[in-house]
Amino acid sequence: MIKELNQKLINKKISAKELAEQYLDRIKEKDSELNTYITVTEKQALEQAKYIDKHISENKEISILSGIPASIKDVIMTEDIQTTAGSKILEKYIAPYNATLVNKLKEQGLVMLGKNNCDEFAMGGSGENSGFGPTKNPHDLNRVPGGSSSGSAAAVAADMAVYAIGTDTGGSVRQPAAFCGVVGFKPTYGAISRYGLIAMASSLDQAGIITKTVEDAEIVFNNIKGKDKLDSTSIDLKDGNISDVKDLKGIKIGIPKEYFIDGLDKEIESSVKDTIKKAEELGAEIIDVSLPNTEYALAVYYIIMPSEASANLARFDGIRYGQKQDAEKLFDVYAKSRAKYLGDEVKRRIMLGTYALSAGYYDAYYKKAQQVRTLIKQDFNKVFDQVDILITPTTPTPAFKLGEKIDDPLTMYLEDIFTVPVNVAGLPAISIPCGKTKDNLPIGAQIIGKWSSEAKIFSIAKNLENVLKYTNS
Amino acid sequence: MITKEEVQHIAKLARLDLSEQEIKKYQEQLGNILNYVEKLQEVNTDGIETSDGGTRDLENVWGLDEGTDNDYKGLIGMAPDSYSSQVKVKKVL
Repeated sequence: MIKELNQKLINKKISAKELAEQYLDRIKEKDSELNTYITVTEKQALEQAKYIDKHISENKEISILSGIPASIKDVIMTEDIQTTAGSKILEKYIAPYNATLVNKLKEQGLVMLGKNNCDEFAMGGSGENSGFGPTKNPHDLNRVPGGSSSGSAAAVAADMAVYAIGTDTGGSVRQPAAFCGVVGFKPTYGAISRYGLIAMASSLDQAGIITKTVEDAEIVFNNIKGKDKLDSTSIDLKDGNISDVKDLKGIKIGIPKEYFIDGLDKEIESSVKDTIKKAEELGAEIIDVSLPNTEYALAVYYIIMPSEASANLARFDGIRYGQKQDAEKLFDVYAKSRAKYLGDEVKRRIMLGTYALSAGYYDAYYKKAQQVRTLIKQDFNKVFDQVDILITPTTPTPAFKLGEKIDDPLTMYLEDIFTVPVNVAGLPAISIPCGKTKDNLPIGAQIIGKWSSEAKIFSIAKNLENVLKYTNS
Repeated sequence: MITKEEVQHIAKLARLDLSEQEIKKYQEQLGNILNYVEKLQEVNTDGIETSDGGTRDLENVWGLDEGTDNDYKGLIGMAPDSYSSQVKVKKVL
């Protein structure tokens, strides 16, 4: 899609301004219903488009992403533009600088349509935890779009952005992509700089990309990846990240039995198994494998994530940013500001993390979880000696109804069961649309690779996308 | 399980002024979640190192401790209460 639009811009079949207006018009038409944007930056988008049109009219070369209308999740800092992280505590907060990935996109001629709605501080799997109202699933307005990159996935699915940048701490790009029938890509930990991402769980957070096609995700990724001196955990991918995979002949695909369990929706199971069969027909070798510590990944995640989040969110205390509730004593300024402006799920995770890190419990919870994390990484390492990639379902169920799980946090957490192991191990993975349920709800298949195997994942995903034909529909 | 007093203590550590109702709700919900994560105790982790951080090979990164040209007035300006170039807070002592 991006390549075609780029050609149209170069050949003056459409101007960047016209393209931006098409998308802005759709946002005006549909977004009162879907609520995918917290802030629409129409004025800036049109200014950026005008600048690119000037370049094109002077026959100057433009880059592949120039003039392509995109949106950014509101947990990512955008200079001089309101950045709320989906939280009332940051309402009216104007970011004083850009995230590194935003600067990189700007250098490539970003036309930013606005900032996408999301679960508050990226905490949630349904989009319902936003302080600015829930986002609806474009395929069924009574259902959730998934989360936490809820607005990003729904915006791409409903043609209100060509691509969207989200964040994925436990599946927050892949799961909403699966629920909305689009492509969601989460790279190796550190492959995209985290500088300017409002932190949730620093050892798990990673920016990701939501698009309609695998090729588009690859194009965007290649323009924002790389080591950044402002994020000391960022990396350049090893081995130049070049894939020698042309087709699926001889590719070894592992099917981990721990991902095909009781509780997996039957329609999802059959759709993902059909996908695996298609890979086999294209010449791939299908190998049954086991990742024995998978059943512990969710428990590991729900200790490490809230622990790190409770520390990261200590900064929102009514003193340095955003909203403040006044009180006589300093302690009460902190406690009342946080109580008033932070939402239910954020408070729950802060409480959980504070408990896990409190005196006397650290060894039993955080340390134990970090040890089991090592075992989960070892499981993946062993399996990747045997196979090139793994294919699993992205989610155990299709998109559920709004309000269905909001009062039962543990049931909501179980939605993350197939996506969190990837973050726990820091691996790259992509969710591609692989079918639909009889109720016409999208189904996602997840492809997981070893560290730095992005190029291979993209090649394999493109081959499958060609035979599945569910993307871009 | 987790007691009401523990929930109150954690809320104080976390600087959250919770209502009676919230304390009751979190007591039940945190109990359920802690009960779920308890399954980690089944895993034998004797002699297993911890995974600290998300990177595959941890290596120390050195850098000079130097300032950037970030506009500090913009940063201070985002504080709810500021005076001149300083963030205003209640007295600490």
